[in-house]
Amino acid sequence: MTTIGFGELKKGMRAKIAETPEPKDQVLRLYEMGLVPGTEFKVVKIAPLGDPIEIDLRGYRLCLRKQEMAGFEVEILG
Amino acid sequence: MKSKSSAKSAPKRVALVGNPNAGKTTLFNSLTGSKQKIANYPGVTVEQVSAFIEQDGVRAEFIDVPGLYSLDAVSEDEAVAVSVIHDKSIDLIVCVIDGSNLERNLFIYTQICALGRPIMVALTMVDRVEAKGEKLDVEKLSKFLGCKVIPLVGHKEKGIAALRTAIFAELANPTISGPVIDRTEAILPLKDRLNRMGFDLSVEELKAKIQEGEPAFEHYFDQFPELRPDFLLAKEGLERHLDPSARYHWTSKVQKEVISQIKKPRRAVTVTDKLDLILTHRVFGLGIFVLVMYLVFLCIYTFSKPAMDLIQNGFNSLGGVLGNLLQGAPVLRSLVVDGIVGGIGSVLVFLPQILVLFFCIALLEGTGYLARAAFLMDRLLGWCGLNGRAFIPLLSSFACAIPGIMAARVMPDQKSRLATILVAPLMSCSARLPVYMLLIGAFIEPQFGPFWAGFTLFAMHFLGFGLAIPVVFFINKKILKGKRLPFLLELPPYQLPKWKDIFIAMFTRGKVFVTTAGTTILVMSVIIWAAGYFPRYNIPAGTPPEVAAEIQLEHSVLGTFGKGIEPVFRPLGFDWRISTAILSAFPARETVVPSLGILFSLGKDDKKLDEKLSKKLIDAKWPDNKPLFTPWTAVGLMVFFALCAQCFSTLATVRRETNSRKWPWVMFIYMTVFAYVGALIVHLIAMLFGAS
Repeated sequence: MTTIGFGELKKGMRAKIAETPEPKDQVLRLYEMGLVPGTEFKVVKIAPLGDPIEIDLRGYRLCLRKQEMAGFEVEILG
Repeated sequence: MKSKSSAKSAPKRVALVGNPNAGKTTLFNSLTGSKQKIANYPGVTVEQVSAFIEQDGVRAEFIDVPGLYSLDAVSEDEAVAVSVIHDKSIDLIVCVIDGSNLERNLFIYTQICALGRPIMVALTMVDRVEAKGEKLDVEKLSKFLGCKVIPLVGHKEKGIAALRTAIFAELANPTISGPVIDRTEAILPLKDRLNRMGFDLSVEELKAKIQEGEPAFEHYFDQFPELRPDFLLAKEGLERHLDPSARYHWTSKVQKEVISQIKKPRRAVTVTDKLDLILTHRVFGLGIFVLVMYLVFLCIYTFSKPAMDLIQNGFNSLGGVLGNLLQGAPVLRSLVVDGIVGGIGSVLVFLPQILVLFFCIALLEGTGYLARAAFLMDRLLGWCGLNGRAFIPLLSSFACAIPGIMAARVMPDQKSRLATILVAPLMSCSARLPVYMLLIGAFIEPQFGPFWAGFTLFAMHFLGFGLAIPVVFFINKKILKGKRLPFLLELPPYQLPKWKDIFIAMFTRGKVFVTTAGTTILVMSVIIWAAGYFPRYNIPAGTPPEVAAEIQLEHSVLGTFGKGIEPVFRPLGFDWRISTAILSAFPARETVVPSLGILFSLGKDDKKLDEKLSKKLIDAKWPDNKPLFTPWTAVGLMVFFALCAQCFSTLATVRRETNSRKWPWVMFIYMTVFAYVGALIVHLIAMLFGAS
């Protein structure tokens, strides 16, 4: 299983969260938004200036900054 | 008997809780109408909106709790909202849940229900579920949640009436909630991971081991350090909080159970997807963004002008009428006309801009465009510690800092909001324009031509903006320390504007400004009036009124202070007249032109004041006959005005919006220092180049 960093995702990719940093403070909040290990999502769009990244997960759309997703490793599904 | 009747009349308290974008505020507005009152929670910038409703003799206070994603609050703002939910005096918690986004919206329900409080659910956005061709089994959902679920379907008013009835029924006979998730689920992620690593432990064994604590896991950690987070979550889940994974495991199960696809979606590609294709496009999206922002700016800058002029003229004529009535009592006349009527006018004159801006914001926010604008702009503003939403308050501040500061509310994060509020008045507002025009017209354009006149005007507007960036950076790094939450921007589906919500948002903002900031502004304007009016100076009869006004101001508290403070302004190249004009402009910078009018013996109401004043300024001399103004002095004075916090209304608004006395002082001091240093630098450069 090969994983890449969240920031390396491209538009249209489907991916699954593989590894995350320890869930406290900032990362806990991301967990609470549904970004827990095993969650599948799709990259909808990357903002024109390269950041943030809009993803579709659990039936809703969320934008995340690459920097704040540092440490999240994802597995590409397609 | 008596005690019973008083117990009956004590209002019940109902809290509306839910995720941002769940339709909570719309629901609150529909339930309560416009009878809302707004109060600040002590110590933070969060507002509590509440309203009383009566039904069948029962009075209930409805509280709109700010939107939350989770009860494990991290930021100060959220902690306040959470404290309302924990408040034992709340008789019923109404969870507002977006039916089209169940999986995430139920997350907070799993936390709230575990509190064991009276609870019910209002299910919104049911029409969106139907548009997707799905069916939501409300009864099944109610069974999973263990409480009453009221879907808002069918005719809007009918749905609201049904909800209101259900709320009062629950108040009389509440359903007490209990945890929906078995706590053992908290340890399942750890169990799974151990399994994958080849350790087969039963739930009971694992539970016992976790209760033994960390030493029991040391040998696992030595081999597999990545086990530690799962262990910590499992431990916490058993003891206090449940692991978010366990909660999402449950919500996604519920979602699958209660929602079924019964037919094809009405549209294969949703309207939102189609709109986003254009509105967040790298070329069209940015173009439309610029256009929308231009329109918003045009609305505040130009469209509110007639209403502002009407208010200004109205108060001027009111002052005239009252002035005639009070002819016999000069002190009272001046107090009423210049102090009170002028003061009320200077409060109300801000209203058109505030109403227009909040109309625009509510429209952009309600339709879902504001979130897209933030998505586009986040990179540009994010690096220095703001976020994409800061665009609206900063842009508005170029018209007027007051609506701009109030608009900082669009940012849910307290730290970004404060940073934006603190730099908003650095944006060159429209009240600075008359000063620039006067000085550029007198000293730049005649000598250097229209190009440099235009350049100076542009430079003055850019100066504050250019300084704002390092200031925000510094504020974020040095002053607003502490935990920062990730910037979470949800892009909700687009929807048509809800006019009722928009008008309620407009009027509550207007009301808040007039009743809180407005009173402070009025008091200050009376104080400043008194400082310019007293003590009365004996002016010989027959002196022309313009000269008399100048002599009076020179000998008033303000003038005496201006003269006393002259040495402070001398290094900037300003004499006592400029110093006094600057002092008199601290409450409101737009008064500087009339003040200069008085100080240069022209009176303040002259029709051709600008023209005559620029002549007077060109001719003005120091006592040693050197000209008072060089182009450099003019630039120095403009820089001073560009950077100084000369607007009491702004400070009063900051006081209200930050709910603190500290921040207006911080703003006042740093901006005054900037202004002084800026003007000093200009003066030093002038001396270096021989003051020519």
